[in-house]
Amino acid sequence: MLFAVLSGFLIAAIAPWLHRLSGRHSGWLLALLPGALFVYFLGFIPEVSDGSAVRLVYPWVPGLDIQLSFLVDGLSLLFALLISGIGFFIVAYAGRYLEKHRDLGRFYVLILSFMASMLGLVLADNLIALFVFWELTSITSYLLIGYNHEDKSARQSALQGLFVTVGGGLALLTGFIMLAIVGGSYELSEILASDGLQEHAWYLPMLLLILAGAFTKSAQVPFHFWLPNAMAAPTPVSAYLHSATMVKAGVYLLARLNPGLGGTETWLLILSLFGGLTMLTGVFLSARSTGVKKVLAYSTVMALGTLVMLIGVGTETAIIAAVTFLLAHSLYKGALFLIAGILDHEAGCKDFLQTGGLRRALPVTTFFAAIAALSLGGVLPLFGFIAKELMLEAVLEAPRVAGILTAFAVLTAILGVLVAAIVGIKPWFGPRVETPKTPHEAPPAMLAGPAVLASLGLIFGLAPWLAEGGILAAAATVVYGAPLTPKLALWHGINAPLMISIAGLVLGLLLYTQWARFRAAFTWLDPLARQIGPERQYERIMAAMVASADWQTRVLQNGYLRYYLLVILITTLLMVGITAQIYDISIGELSFSGVQLQEWAILGIMLAAAFVAVTFRSRLGAVASLGAVGFAVALIYVLFSAADVGITQVLVETLTVLLLVLVLFRLPGFLNLSSRLVRIRDAIVALSVGGMMTLLMLSTTHTRLYDSISSYFVQESVPLGYGRNIVNVILVDFRALDTLGEIFVLALAAVGVYAMIKLRAEDSRK
Amino acid sequence: MNMQSLILRTAAHFLLPLLMLFSVFLLLRGHNEPGGGFIGGLVAAAAILLHLFAMEIKSARSVLHVDPRTLMGVGLALASLSAVPAAFLGQAFFTAQWLTLDVPALGELKVGTVLLFDIGVYLVVIGAVLTIMLSLAEAED
Repeated sequence: MLFAVLSGFLIAAIAPWLHRLSGRHSGWLLALLPGALFVYFLGFIPEVSDGSAVRLVYPWVPGLDIQLSFLVDGLSLLFALLISGIGFFIVAYAGRYLEKHRDLGRFYVLILSFMASMLGLVLADNLIALFVFWELTSITSYLLIGYNHEDKSARQSALQGLFVTVGGGLALLTGFIMLAIVGGSYELSEILASDGLQEHAWYLPMLLLILAGAFTKSAQVPFHFWLPNAMAAPTPVSAYLHSATMVKAGVYLLARLNPGLGGTETWLLILSLFGGLTMLTGVFLSARSTGVKKVLAYSTVMALGTLVMLIGVGTETAIIAAVTFLLAHSLYKGALFLIAGILDHEAGCKDFLQTGGLRRALPVTTFFAAIAALSLGGVLPLFGFIAKELMLEAVLEAPRVAGILTAFAVLTAILGVLVAAIVGIKPWFGPRVETPKTPHEAPPAMLAGPAVLASLGLIFGLAPWLAEGGILAAAATVVYGAPLTPKLALWHGINAPLMISIAGLVLGLLLYTQWARFRAAFTWLDPLARQIGPERQYERIMAAMVASADWQTRVLQNGYLRYYLLVILITTLLMVGITAQIYDISIGELSFSGVQLQEWAILGIMLAAAFVAVTFRSRLGAVASLGAVGFAVALIYVLFSAADVGITQVLVETLTVLLLVLVLFRLPGFLNLSSRLVRIRDAIVALSVGGMMTLLMLSTTHTRLYDSISSYFVQESVPLGYGRNIVNVILVDFRALDTLGEIFVLALAAVGVYAMIKLRAEDSRK
Repeated sequence: MNMQSLILRTAAHFLLPLLMLFSVFLLLRGHNEPGGGFIGGLVAAAAILLHLFAMEIKSARSVLHVDPRTLMGVGLALASLSAVPAAFLGQAFFTAQWLTLDVPALGELKVGTVLLFDIGVYLVVIGAVLTIMLSLAEAED
């Protein structure tokens, strides 16, 4: 299992090489991986279909109680099958679609890593592992959306998607930690089995944080704006992102948590209302758009809203409707996006207004587009029809706010038919419109995906028993938390949902004949959306962030070293001072009885040198007297038999003086000395910091909260480190990792100095 | 920078090899007596700087044979590498590995990854100090 999840990353690592080796057929070759995974996951169906689960645990960070645990049950298996199954067609399709793109090798790396992250996400049982995979999908999708990285709008869209989803991810992490504390475990299966999650005082904040993560990922209102922009990605990516992965992650999480967190008034109201609103907003914006991918992207927003709403409603019918709709949507949306890619690739059309009458040139594509569009519109006898009937039934029986939700659903049904007509009729039928390219059928690698996915929508519609047993039942059971046996059927008799469907079909088709007028009727919304819409708010927040970063850079990092020093010292002073106040630190009694004469002498030298350093009027003199302070310190080290530290101090002092001499060569003398006021301020800060350090030292030697570690080092230096020089043994053995960090910092500083000097020299040469 | 003093030049000429030898001595004995990679590196850097002050930059660079930045890179690589063997033996990252060698004249000699690490530190210190110093010294012309 571990291998199955991680194989995506492994193959991704060698994908560019495989691509170069296999040339034109790299798409089919690499598609074998998701294909094999699909078959592997199929093997779990018998085990899982009776509602049981397979749990596999691999230790990851045992010290922190974090395991790489995977849970295969109906829900995660349904998702895993969708991810790997659709992934198969996407990779094969992309091999041909991006054939002439010079970065195809990189594309394979990204798409396979993305697939693996998504598989990890849906299979993970450990909250931390789930979160890591969650963020991995954000990062890989960022790279995928920005795949055409020379295009500015693609980069911006990618960044927008990243900020929105990762921002939500931060909230999610907090929510997860709270969930783990409340549930007493980091394992989802254990948390969901524990009682009292809903009565806990943290329930509301925890729920809101988790919802923030799920809603941003799944593009719920008001975070829906990033999803349509994400279509800057190459079409196969959009198809994958919208049909089976990424945006479904939020829905997956809500479905997964439903048995533990769901069923409360808050859950029901938030999810169903936000979901319903998202559903309506999505379908409305979809019907108003004309760009091929934009129409499809907004219709995904509609689907995500529907799913969230159904999980929120949470009745038996609603949960069955949710899993059915999830499957139906994945099938038709995957097919339609791939067909949108064909339209673009083979006819050069990116906008529905440019298309029309393509059925003669692209008969096969037209056929499957029509089937998929019928499923999108929820028309008999497609699988989408069953899903829509179930959805309407669930909404009509919703325990709360049934009226509002029904209104939403009816409007959505009407506009959904309009969208389906735009997708399924506009490009193919009617008068022939000249396309930028001479249209011709796509190669088999690009037709396979739409054909299989759309046909499955038809097969499941005609023979729903193929889908309902096994996997759907098991998934619904997991989401509901109690055994469910869906009875899917095309014909439920003449009832309210059927009436709504028929009315929706008629009104939707009528609207389609008036599509241009429909779009014109709502143009007044555009300026309003630009001014106060959620995307505008996002831009405002980003601008405010940049402005505040700018402000704090100007104030705190203004380029004057003396202010940096001042800020650092005062901050330290305040923090140590407050801590000392809180913990009431004592310094013990002072006694000077043991101090030797030579120690007094060194002390005198230090004081005198320090005094000279601050009063001297030339740089060189100041540097030399600072050096004297340093050497006096070295002397003290030697007196207290810290030979190594003493030697180091002497050498560092020597080098520092040399360094300053080198720098001083090109500095002017003290031209303007600080004013009196500034000097007094600096003196106060300096004396306070010095005093604080002294007190800190005294209290450290006086209070001993724990046994000193030095005795351990003294004891173990020879037996464990084979060295009698304890300082060195600590540096290179006991604390080697610290030293490694330090030498990296040292090297970085040197590179920094080098770059600064060389770059300035180059600048002045220009 | 022109401090062409005959005495300093002559002294530097003799001091450089001695100081370099001393720095290696400090490096190697560091595990048991005062010394070690850090101190050794500082001494070596100071020796080359002495040369720099006495002669000129070109000569200081030619004494080194390699760019100090390369020294940093090699040093970091050696130090990082010394952490790896433990990982293959199933021990915690950075656990020191020791080999006992029988050297005919000297008796038993213990060699370990720790020494590799210390040599890395030694090289990084020389490289970093000289990178800073040489680029400062060169900046004036």
